[in-house]
Amino acid sequence: MGGDSKYVGLWYVAPYVIGLALFIAFPFLASFYLSFTDYDLLSKPEYVGLDNYKKLFTRDRTFDKSLKVTLIYVFTTVPLKLVFALFIAVVLNYRLKAINLFRTAYYVPSILGGSVAIAVLWRYIFADTGLVNMAIIALGGEGINWFGDPENALFTITLLRCWQFGSAMVIFLAALQSVDKSLYEAAAIDGAGPWQIFRSITLPLITPVIFFNLIMQTVQAFQEFNGPYIITQGGPLKSTYLLPLYIYDEAFKSFDMGYASAIAWVLFAIIMVLTLIAFWSSKKWVYYAGDKRS
Amino acid sequence: MAAFSYLPKHSGSGEREAPTQLEIKLRRKARFNAALRYTLLTVVGLIMVYPLVWLIGASFKTNAEMFSSPGFWPSNPTIQGYIDGWQTSTAYTFGRFFMNSLWIIIPKTIGTAISCTLVAYGFARFEFPGKKILFASVIATLLLPNVVTRIPQYLLFRDLGWLNTFLPLWVPSALAGDAFFVFMVIQFLRAIPRDMEEAARVDGANTLQTLIFIVVPMLMPALISVCLFQFMWTMNDFLGPLIYLSSVDKYPVSLALKLSIDTTEAFAWNQILAMSVLALAPSLAVFFMAQKYFIEGISTGGVKG
Repeated sequence: MGGDSKYVGLWYVAPYVIGLALFIAFPFLASFYLSFTDYDLLSKPEYVGLDNYKKLFTRDRTFDKSLKVTLIYVFTTVPLKLVFALFIAVVLNYRLKAINLFRTAYYVPSILGGSVAIAVLWRYIFADTGLVNMAIIALGGEGINWFGDPENALFTITLLRCWQFGSAMVIFLAALQSVDKSLYEAAAIDGAGPWQIFRSITLPLITPVIFFNLIMQTVQAFQEFNGPYIITQGGPLKSTYLLPLYIYDEAFKSFDMGYASAIAWVLFAIIMVLTLIAFWSSKKWVYYAGDKRS
Repeated sequence: MAAFSYLPKHSGSGEREAPTQLEIKLRRKARFNAALRYTLLTVVGLIMVYPLVWLIGASFKTNAEMFSSPGFWPSNPTIQGYIDGWQTSTAYTFGRFFMNSLWIIIPKTIGTAISCTLVAYGFARFEFPGKKILFASVIATLLLPNVVTRIPQYLLFRDLGWLNTFLPLWVPSALAGDAFFVFMVIQFLRAIPRDMEEAARVDGANTLQTLIFIVVPMLMPALISVCLFQFMWTMNDFLGPLIYLSSVDKYPVSLALKLSIDTTEAFAWNQILAMSVLALAPSLAVFFMAQKYFIEGISTGGVKG
């Protein structure tokens, strides 16, 4: 707006700038510094060079295990959740009368997110004699030891997060609904089958949203805490001991702030590298018509 | 697949002729297609919702019945779980924990709405030095994993003497710390034409008056979305209170529920489930009352969850 001083806008964004400096930028740098220190909250942080990182990568078996289960968790949960969300969105994107009813039913579990009550619910329905095993037995199968068996426990948490596919689905659905219908008609007249239309028209047009969901879900999955903390406490045999749990224990139970910061930075580095790869590769597979999204 | 829903209509092209063989075939196929979709969506929908329905039913069951039948309808409905669970094993009832949750949520939500409005207005309507880099930082913060800032934040709050108070939960949000909301309101504001604001400015209103009397009313739908999401996320937040609150009298519902699990789960499942239902009730009530805003909010900015 014309006559204003060029600093007026700055006044309005000032709260954000203060918050950014105090609660994001400063802690970000401080945690990087702390990761090179030994700090138990009682005495001053003591600079120890690369010791924390050396210990992490050479002597810490718990870290190896934790990193491994974190990667397995992320690389199963994110694809499963996104494929399922996209599949349901495609099925839902049709002239169905009940579209809103279905959308609501699917969205409810994800709106409850990381709530403790939902984790409680999961403990009960996947208990040895819980709802899921009762259903399996009723169908003639054999009950599964969901949380007691290290082979299954992590997957049970994956199932919890896949159950909450709703918000990814709503975003997919909004994108599908904005695809120009005349493209479908033109393709159908040219004799393209439904699968061909999906692959060559729908999928390329919604790649920006796929990209968005992929990044957000990955960043979030790497930080999963509530599920394993409440449902399995990281067990059995550390099979659900994701890195955020390890960081929490080191920082707030052992009060080893320096070491916890080092683990946090390794986790951060992994997320950054994957995000950068995604952004870099997006030039090759994400389609932008004009610049609709900014 | 969606193609089939449009094709028959299209090839009818206005004039009422007898349907051709091809049209009949396509219509039949479309009807089959719709039936298949309904079946699939219904089955998946039931699987999605059943755990929640079961939870509500199970909260009225006796401990003995809990693990004996997969049905949700209790054979001898009892509210004993609610009565005992409400009392908790601590000196406080869940009434106290709900008040604590509310006392965390309300200032946090108001702070979020006000700060996001100011900041979004600044970004969407003004040019100023450093704007580009600051806006880039909003996006970066959106992607920045909290895990990397959490420990120094804790140390900062400790040095400020804020541990075991609600301040660490309120203040960052009141300084527009939730980048997702800032981004959402900016996107919303960018889509609103500026004519009204310019007219107000010509009539002599200053920028703050313009913001309050012209922009805020138009921003209402976005602000309602922000408040609803913030309400829901704060209600369900567990890690924040877990780190910052240490005395039971300050516990919100999420922490109290975790405490009940640790102390009573071995013998009183029905109490835990009853309190879980109560813990979810506010979120579910808010969601069903204001669904529209959630769906719109999510489509404007995209959302985590």
